[in-house]
Amino acid sequence: MSNRFWQQAFAIARRDLDRERRSGEVAWVTIPFGAIALLLVPLAVGINQDVLTRIGVGMLFVVVMLFGVLTAVRRTNIETPAQRDAIALLGIDPVAEYVGKSMATALLLLAFEIVMGAVTVALYGLDLAGWEWMLIVMPLTAVGLAELGTLSGAIASSVNAGPALVPLLVTPLAIPLLLGATQTVEVKAGDGGNLSWLVLMAIVVLVLAIVGVVTARPLQETR
Amino acid sequence: MPDLKPHVEFIGVAARIGVTTILRNVDLTVSAGESVGLFGSNGAGKTTLLRVIATLLRPTGGEAQVLGVDLASQDRFSIRSRLGLIGHSPALYPELSLVANLEFSARVAGAAESAAHDALRAVGLEQAANRRAGEASHGMQRRVEFAREIMLQPDLLLLDEPHSALDPSAIELVEHIVAGVLERGGAVVLVSHDIERVAPMVTRTAELAGGTVK
Repeated sequence: MSNRFWQQAFAIARRDLDRERRSGEVAWVTIPFGAIALLLVPLAVGINQDVLTRIGVGMLFVVVMLFGVLTAVRRTNIETPAQRDAIALLGIDPVAEYVGKSMATALLLLAFEIVMGAVTVALYGLDLAGWEWMLIVMPLTAVGLAELGTLSGAIASSVNAGPALVPLLVTPLAIPLLLGATQTVEVKAGDGGNLSWLVLMAIVVLVLAIVGVVTARPLQETR
Repeated sequence: MPDLKPHVEFIGVAARIGVTTILRNVDLTVSAGESVGLFGSNGAGKTTLLRVIATLLRPTGGEAQVLGVDLASQDRFSIRSRLGLIGHSPALYPELSLVANLEFSARVAGAAESAAHDALRAVGLEQAANRRAGEASHGMQRRVEFAREIMLQPDLLLLDEPHSALDPSAIELVEHIVAGVLERGGAVVLVSHDIERVAPMVTRTAELAGGTVK
C-alpha cells in the first residue's frame, strides 16, 4: 500500500479522533454510561462475591460490545450525505477510508476497554489471574468491533436504512468476539484453551478486515 | 499536447433516483474555458445533473464522458480529485474549526496543509480560522467551501445555487473563483433558478426543464 493510502487513512483517523475529542462524547457520555451499566449489575443480582467474580469478565465485554454498537450507530448518524460526497470528491481510496475509520474507532474502544476493565476489577472484586491475556484480547476485541461497526455503518448508509439497522448487524456478528474475549481470559492457565479462543478472535478480525476491504468500493458507490 | 476533449460530453444521458427518472435524453457539452449556467425551476433535475457530472450518481442511459473518462467505466473514480462540487448543504464537520476542516481536505487530497491558511485568507476568513464550523454562519461555511476549491484547484467546478446565503462581497468572490478556474483552462457548470444573478459568471446558458436540456 502506498504512502498516499496511509496518508489518507491517517487523515480519516485523525479527523474522527478530533471530532470525538471536541464533542467529548466518549469521555463525558459513553464512559460514564458504561460505568453505570457495570454498577447496575451488582445492584440487580445482589452483592454476592462469587456471582460477581463469575460474571465479571463477561459483563465487561458485554458492555464493551454495547459501546461498540453505540459507536457504530453514531458513526452512521454523524456523516451527512454532503460530507460523504465531499470526501469522495477529494479522491479518497474507499479502503483507506475504511481503515482510517476502523483505526479511530479501535483506539476509542481500546481506551474504553481499559477504563471499563479497571472499573470492573474495582466493582466486582476480581482477582487478576488470566488477565495477562487482556494485553492481546483487548486490542483484538477493539479492532474486531471497530471493523464490524465501520462495515455495518457503511452497509446501513448504502441501503439508506439509517442507523436502526446497525445494531442488528453488529450484535450477532460480535458474538464470536464476545465469546472469544471472555473465554480466553477465563479458561484456566495451562488448559491450552486460551490459544484456541484467541485464534478464533484473530480469524474473525482477519475475515472482517478482508470483507471490509473487498466491499469498501461497492459500498461507497451505492450509498 | 493539450487535451482537446470537452470537459463534459453528454449524449442522451438519463438518470434515475430509485425508480423515478429524473434526467432523460440530456445532451450537454462543456469545453475547457467555458462556464455554463443551467437554469430551471425546482424539480427540473439541476442537482441530479450536477451529481451525475460529479460521478456521484451513475447515469442509467446514454453516453457520458467527464474529463475524457467514460462514466460507465471504473476509471470514473480516477477523476474525482479533479472535480469540485459546492452543493446546497455545507459539507463541513461542525466540531472542527474552519481551518481544521480545510487541513483535513488538504491531507486527504495530498495538498500542503499550509495551503489551508492561505485559502482562508483568500476568502477573508483568516480571523475566524479557529472558530468551530458549527458556530459559523451559513454564509461563512459557504465561504470555507469556496476556500477549499481555491486550495484544491479543480479542473471542473460544479456549483449548485452558488448565490445561496452569500452577501454581495462573497458573490464577487465566487465570480473571482470562477474566473480563476477558466484562466487555468478548467470549466465550470453552475445551476440556478435565478438566471439574472449568475449571468455575469457564465459564458453560455441553457435551460433545464422536465429533466432535459432545452
